[in-house]
Amino acid sequence: MLEIIQEYWLLLLIGEYPHGKLGGLAMTLIISFVSLIVTFPCAVLIALARTGKPGIIQSIANGFVHSVRAIPLLMLIFWAYFAVPMIIGFPIDAAFTLIVAIVIYQTAYLGEIIAAGITGLPKGQREAAAALGLGYIPTMFRIILPQAIFNVIPGIVNQLTTIIKESSLGSIIAVSELSYVMLQVNSNEVTKPLQIFGILAAVYFVLCFALSQATNWLERRISSRRTGQVVVEAVA
Amino acid sequence: MGYQFDFGKVLQGEYLELILEGLQATMVVFVFSWIIGLVLAVVLTVIRAIEFKPTQFLVAAFVEYHRNVPMLIQLFVWYFGFAVVLPDAVNDYLNDIGAEIGYAIVALALNKAAYMSEDFRSGLRSIHPAQMEAARSIGLTYLGAMTWVILPQAWRLALPALLGQTLILFKGTSLAAAIGVAELSYQARYIEEQSFRIFEAYGIATAIYMLISFAIMWLSSILSKRYELRVK
Repeated sequence: MLEIIQEYWLLLLIGEYPHGKLGGLAMTLIISFVSLIVTFPCAVLIALARTGKPGIIQSIANGFVHSVRAIPLLMLIFWAYFAVPMIIGFPIDAAFTLIVAIVIYQTAYLGEIIAAGITGLPKGQREAAAALGLGYIPTMFRIILPQAIFNVIPGIVNQLTTIIKESSLGSIIAVSELSYVMLQVNSNEVTKPLQIFGILAAVYFVLCFALSQATNWLERRISSRRTGQVVVEAVA
Repeated sequence: MGYQFDFGKVLQGEYLELILEGLQATMVVFVFSWIIGLVLAVVLTVIRAIEFKPTQFLVAAFVEYHRNVPMLIQLFVWYFGFAVVLPDAVNDYLNDIGAEIGYAIVALALNKAAYMSEDFRSGLRSIHPAQMEAARSIGLTYLGAMTWVILPQAWRLALPALLGQTLILFKGTSLAAAIGVAELSYQARYIEEQSFRIFEAYGIATAIYMLISFAIMWLSSILSKRYELRVK
């Protein structure tokens, strides 16, 4: 197991960079962060549409969320990878298609989380803003969203964990991220699949476990700030 | 763009057969891993409820592994990794009978067992401990209190989360394509390669996934309402 790490640690971390394409863990992290950053504004819009007045926009948003939740991410990736280049007429980079698929998929899920943050706020906030004479847009962007998004920060960080895990699907369409690099290593070494996939699982585990611990910590911090009390941490 | 749609070409003869075979494999993986996952989840929840640190730690480690490693990698660990542990004779036999689907069922079932046991546990935890004390004080045994007081509430509380996991599992069956299980997405990909009918092949597979997912969502909302816990 140690020989594998000794031989391939650089490949695992940054792929073939600087002699070739960037890959490995660095690529996984870049794809995940870029996906989250692009998803965020889309998710806010979906959340606003879902929690706003009933009408055509809300119906479209509802339809979008329900449809996306009914399709496996792999199907979405196939569409983005094989069908979109046909429509636009020229090939696109695999990493880019992966990000597009994850953004579409996560917009539905992150949108639900932010919508829950919006509906979770007391009604008085909106009424007070209306009483002050604020219109819809300033009410939403200066009163409701800052509080709602602050309250759902744990949910957003948790979604980053999900995105990191979902980015492993990139290996199916040959995006040179962590899983793909390890699949390559596996086909080089042939005889040590258990160690190789054990290392791969361990890398994801460390990354995602740390993030989910951070989520728990954030959740305690934020709930204590929201209720104005210090939450006594359980001594386990 | 001058693309002629021809769903008829994909929806007949050999291709229709492939799609139906794919759908069958998808459903086999889904149903078997759901049942095995649920049973294992109950076992895990019981083990974790027993106050014995080493076994509790093992269950917690099992759950954390399955929650923090991508499902695809879990499939790879079973499919590529587990095979080398087995003797050659067993491997030859497994390859003959087409073991991919078995590995997929094992990996997905263990993954869902971890998630579902967490749902059960949070259902149990959200019932106030005073209810147990009250039940014991009116003369019920521990088992009696569990059967008549705690569990009837706990499973209702856990139900929405379990139904959510069911939908995730159904969509997760598509990952089995990555280890060569000839399920729906695998067949869609194959038909696309053979016939160059990109939109029809993926369109039909997507439509089937959506139909079944919507059925699961619809059933979930009915069941969640029907068994909602009204007193708390």
